[in-house]
Amino acid sequence: MSKLIKFNIDGQECMAEEGRYIVDAAKDNGVYIPTLCNIPGLKPKGSCRMCTVKVNGRLMTSCTTPVSDGMEIENHIEEIENYRKMIVELMFVSGNHFCPSCEKSGSCDLQALAYRYQMMVPRFPYTFSQKDVDGSSPLIIKDQNRCIMCKRCIRAIIDNEGRSFFTFKNRGIKLEVIMDKEMGQRMNEAEAEKAMEICPVGAILKKEKGYDVPIGQRKFDMKPIGSEIEN
Amino acid sequence: MSKPVIATTSLAGCFGCHMSLLDIDERILELIELVEFNKSPINDIKKLTKPIDIGIIEGGCCNSENVEVLRYFRENCKTLISFGECAIMGGLPALRNGIPVEECIKEAYLDGPTVQLNKDKVLPNDPELPIILDRVYPCHEVVKIDYYLPGCAPRADFIWEAVVALVTNNEMAVPYEVFKFD
Repeated sequence: MSKLIKFNIDGQECMAEEGRYIVDAAKDNGVYIPTLCNIPGLKPKGSCRMCTVKVNGRLMTSCTTPVSDGMEIENHIEEIENYRKMIVELMFVSGNHFCPSCEKSGSCDLQALAYRYQMMVPRFPYTFSQKDVDGSSPLIIKDQNRCIMCKRCIRAIIDNEGRSFFTFKNRGIKLEVIMDKEMGQRMNEAEAEKAMEICPVGAILKKEKGYDVPIGQRKFDMKPIGSEIEN
Repeated sequence: MSKPVIATTSLAGCFGCHMSLLDIDERILELIELVEFNKSPINDIKKLTKPIDIGIIEGGCCNSENVEVLRYFRENCKTLISFGECAIMGGLPALRNGIPVEECIKEAYLDGPTVQLNKDKVLPNDPELPIILDRVYPCHEVVKIDYYLPGCAPRADFIWEAVVALVTNNEMAVPYEVFKFD
């Protein structure tokens, strides 16, 4: 077992094994740091920036930064929470997030974060950008309208030869996460199930599945995201 | 002191938000003790008859009439509230955003699989009909909006909290279970 070190988050004394990522170390100490792209157990990517904290006064993504002894971390402060809310708002306006008609509504991480930050309306104008829906796989639908390009599916949905079902296409503003059409044809039930599960929004849906949990019983209907971690 | 005056309207919406307003059930009796209702689909008053304290807007703007009514409300209401997903972000009508209007009209009146009776291939052309806009606009892109109440429809308890907070000049409580986008 590696060395135990001390650090603090918003003045709260915390302890963790040296080298543990801040987001996980915070969780062990009952402090919630919001994430979207992070998948516990997989190598972090730091792509969504939701987990940004201030480490010794500098902005860092807590999913990619290991804790070290004596670290001073600022998490639940106005400046940081405002950045996070802004990231959520930017995601809402850059895609087409029609929550009332989405199968993932109520169990969507992005929506849950918008609830957590009480996003009444995004401060940015909606783009209503034109996006495609790929229904070519017999088992899943890849809806670009809802994709936040967190790369979770690229990292987590791998076939037994180690190849990813999803990949990038284009660059910059045209960047998209797409499904490999050929591999999509031979995706099995378990992989499809996992793909829908791993997607933090409703961009990957299993066909013939949706609206199967009544309103009131969905993941974030009654309890805010992060409440399972917070003391 | 006279009671605050409320007016409500539905633009490009489905009246679901107004239905939700009625879901405050018997509290509607308390509500009429607190406020006076002016133009609203609920009482069927067609025109504003006095200056309004609180205007509540359901639905976004998809045609010229929606814009006219919204501007009429803005001019006459001290406080204007966007009420529901359609007013806030265009909602389901905004699914047409990004598709040219010509294509939408053709699909609806000429080429759609359910179009059968339009044998003469007539498009809506009565001068009385409002003009369809190039896309559906959220209300705050057309006029200044003061407050937003999300939901599809906003939960009755959420509406109740908001209206009572406004007329009693208190901060609004936002219980987690009633603040939803669907």
